[in-house]
Amino acid sequence: MNREQMARRVLELLTAIAPDVEANSVISGVAFRDQFDFDSMDTLNLAIALHREFGVDVPEADYMHLASLDQCVAYLAERIA
Amino acid sequence: MQTEFRLPALGADMDAGTIVEWHVAPGSRCKRGDVVAVVETDKGAIDVEVFVDGIVRELLVPPGTRVPVGTVLALLDTEAAATAPEKVQVPAETRAEERAAKAIAPRVKISPAARKRALEMHVDVASLRGTGPEGAITVADVERVGLTSQPSPAVAGEGAAGMRAAIAAAMSRSKREIPHYYLTTTVDVTPAVDWLAAHNAAVPVTGRLLLPVLLVKAVALACREHAGFSGFHRDGRYDESPVVHVGVAVALRGGGLVAPAIMDTADKPLAVLMEGFRDLVTRARAGRLRASELAASTIILTSLGEASVETVLPIIQPPQVAIVGAGVVAVRPWIVDGNIVPRHVLTLSLAADHRVTDGRLGAHFLARIAALLAAPAAL
Repeated sequence: MNREQMARRVLELLTAIAPDVEANSVISGVAFRDQFDFDSMDTLNLAIALHREFGVDVPEADYMHLASLDQCVAYLAERIA
Repeated sequence: MQTEFRLPALGADMDAGTIVEWHVAPGSRCKRGDVVAVVETDKGAIDVEVFVDGIVRELLVPPGTRVPVGTVLALLDTEAAATAPEKVQVPAETRAEERAAKAIAPRVKISPAARKRALEMHVDVASLRGTGPEGAITVADVERVGLTSQPSPAVAGEGAAGMRAAIAAAMSRSKREIPHYYLTTTVDVTPAVDWLAAHNAAVPVTGRLLLPVLLVKAVALACREHAGFSGFHRDGRYDESPVVHVGVAVALRGGGLVAPAIMDTADKPLAVLMEGFRDLVTRARAGRLRASELAASTIILTSLGEASVETVLPIIQPPQVAIVGAGVVAVRPWIVDGNIVPRHVLTLSLAADHRVTDGRLGAHFLARIAALLAAPAAL
């Protein structure tokens, strides 16, 4: 899976956990929290979704690396590689 | 016996709703608790359940119609349910499959914003092909189809403006009728924070807990021990609720909030509460709450810690008589055994109804919540 595919899949997971977020409005470089009030529940749900999808277990200490779409992809690329 | 199925009240701040779709047709058999209709309200689309077993005789309100709370939506035959032979029904497996499919899959994958737009534009969402993730219908998909239609005045009142009006009405009534008193206390929650970190590091990601779940449980247990905070004040008298259903205030991203209940909160272990909390937040934001969840809260917990505020002085949701607030968990200098040490602290607040309790009782109640938080392993 290349980065572009990964970004697309993360975006799908994101809008599945946050159904009130429009996928085409997400800006990849801006923190989710600043774009749509992403909270700790959303972050946990994202960690669960990433675990299910990519088999990556994200410890709580790494939540800061899931702040934006770009950061998620970079983190996943590093963890999966 | 014929039973009238009415649009239920969904709390103090809702007086009408628009039928979006029926999940049953004349002749359908339904069981108590089945979702039979989706109603668009100021609080988003709500799944409305039926409270008797029966067979649907007639649907009286077609989709797209806005009706006041209490309107008879359908007629059910309740005696027939007990005696009707199975053979006049669809084969059992088919019905079970349908029911399972309904329970699991959302009928149409659509964002709440798009659902509202579809309702405004009179677009049948079932006819749309979504272009969003997993085929979800987006606002753009709706508008592409619906631009030729005229917006309908029938659904004015729903949407963000409707929710704002509903909140305004409920909160104005609260401030007018309820003599609030407010108490706050700052609590050293380091034991809870440490316990959570250790717990979450030891379980799979799906088993992780969040602090609000500990708060919800502590509030519920304290309600059980201290009367006067979990119940309803109606027609000049207070009735303590025999069960505690803690409502959790969920902020919606477009603005507004809802406070659906986690049912029987005091009896559930933390893992079950967490599942319930997660489910409620997700469905609140997707506009998929059930009518029973919106009307059931006996007390509400509102947590504004995500917004980094220190103290929240909340307003009671009538006919309830108390609401507990929680601010941000912050590291502050604290004095422990005569030494200044950094600790995680949290300011808890209570707004309660002076017609029911006094500050002294409120202080005991708040202190009990704090004490329960200090021993998280026992929650």
